[in-house]
Amino acid sequence: MNIVVCVKQVPDTATERKLRSDDKTLDRDAADGVINELCEYAVEEALRLKEAHGGEVTVLTMGPDKAGETIRKALAMGADKAVHLVDDALHGSDALGTSYALAQTLKKIGFDLVVLGSESTDARTGVLAAMLAERLDVPQLTFANKVEVAGKGTITIQRVTDYGYDKVEATLPAVVSVVEKINEPRYPSFKGIMAAKKKPVEKLGVADAEIDASKVGLANSWSEVADFAVAPPRAAGTVVKDEGDGGVKTADFLASKKFV
Amino acid sequence: MSEILVLVEQVEGQVKKVTLELLTLARKLGTPSAVWAGPGYSPEAKAKLAEYGAETIYVADSAEIGDYVVAPKAELLAQLVSDKSPAAVLVAATAEAKEIAGRLAIKIDSGVLTDVVGLQDGLVADQSIFGGGVNVQSRVTKGTPIVAVRPNATPVEAAAGAGAEEQVSVAVSAAAKAARIVERVKEEKGARPELTEAAIVVSGGRGVGSAENFSIIEKLADSLGAAVGASRAATDAGWYPHQFQVGQTGKTVSPQLYIAAGISGAIQHRAGMQTAKTIIAINKDPEAPIFELADFGVVGDLHQVVPQLTDEIAKRK
Repeated sequence: MNIVVCVKQVPDTATERKLRSDDKTLDRDAADGVINELCEYAVEEALRLKEAHGGEVTVLTMGPDKAGETIRKALAMGADKAVHLVDDALHGSDALGTSYALAQTLKKIGFDLVVLGSESTDARTGVLAAMLAERLDVPQLTFANKVEVAGKGTITIQRVTDYGYDKVEATLPAVVSVVEKINEPRYPSFKGIMAAKKKPVEKLGVADAEIDASKVGLANSWSEVADFAVAPPRAAGTVVKDEGDGGVKTADFLASKKFV
Repeated sequence: MSEILVLVEQVEGQVKKVTLELLTLARKLGTPSAVWAGPGYSPEAKAKLAEYGAETIYVADSAEIGDYVVAPKAELLAQLVSDKSPAAVLVAATAEAKEIAGRLAIKIDSGVLTDVVGLQDGLVADQSIFGGGVNVQSRVTKGTPIVAVRPNATPVEAAAGAGAEEQVSVAVSAAAKAARIVERVKEEKGARPELTEAAIVVSGGRGVGSAENFSIIEKLADSLGAAVGASRAATDAGWYPHQFQVGQTGKTVSPQLYIAAGISGAIQHRAGMQTAKTIIAINKDPEAPIFELADFGVVGDLHQVVPQLTDEIAKRK
């Protein structure tokens, strides 16, 4: 099974995240870049599926040179090879542009299964997997907390819902997105880290992946950020020590706000 | 006034509150039309949608739409956009509706905005990003704007609309039937409101200490008619089901009131709840970062404070 895992570099949520004042895109220099957490779960799931069914795991990322760090992490975990879609023309692409560029690349490199995290911690749109399924015209198996591939290319997932989960069935090729409950990502071993250095990373530009440059990048996005401002900090509230009446005092506060 | 399509969110035929919020919002920008996608349409549903301003209700009361993941609903909306040329399409910013919005955006070659908390004239959208750290105004620049609005962001006001029904027949394509739902499994506990749309959420974290002790949190939630949430520490420990996790890798909630009990307030958790209007924190550790966000905080043991609070609320009812 030819599995492609899409991973994304995001600013570390433990550091301050900013937009750039000039073009209102993410300021990648303001915070440390890390692999999006749910992408690690996607890599882990891809590795488990490979271990169970054979095949190959390819990591795909789109982003500037620096985003190559996320590729190294995924290769160190055990992925076989990587494709890095990197081109200045891609800077500032919105979800439609990003899904288009990734879909073009996926068509070029081929896949039986595309695996990704259900959401990134920066944009948090949660739409990319659905968009990829739409663009690639393959089944959408998203928000999975369990994935099973049976013989003859049948794939079944548990799709997390508000009420529990849906069991969803499809045939490969397909797009799967995973939630954090699905597995426990492995830590790269020293051996894995050393081996990753020798694994092939193919860099593709817009032309290589047959991406129409007029459909990607900030200027060609389908939406724009008109303005932004740092949210004012929350005003400091009252903090009391419980002296046997903490619940009563909380009820008083709730009453003052008309919640009770 | 131009027409604005509102995709109805419903559970077993019951219209969800977020849909009433969307209709209220749509009335300020144009003429709202509700879109019913799936089985379960009823006179009660019609009355509810009309009560909150739906002038037209497009009814695609088809079991087939609900049998497949997301794609048929996107097809239905794409067909309606093509037939009616609305000024915008509004959906709830829930996991599924955002995916519908995403697929629709590609079908009709239009921009999509997610997690919107306000919508002004000219369809300029307010968004709160980076866990509430940055406020953004954004807009769609191509096509028919598709906007996913966060539950609880809009106060609901009733204002009667005509509620004229128009049956819509939709032939779900073979491609949209690619991912088939073969079974629905319900795990939700009791009759509590749905987490992302609840006006009040009571969440428990590491300090709760065990799965059994979550009954303390549930009792407080029930006294307030609230939903129950949990921090990642609590769901990782298996004390509460994963679908109730609030945080960066869980649900985002923006309730009127959020009560965090035994939750330290790590970034992971804050990213999912800090846009709540009022926050109350109960924690043993006076240094817990959750107190920086709290409008009211109690430094104390939740096992004493929470039951006392539950009793006190009962007394004052």
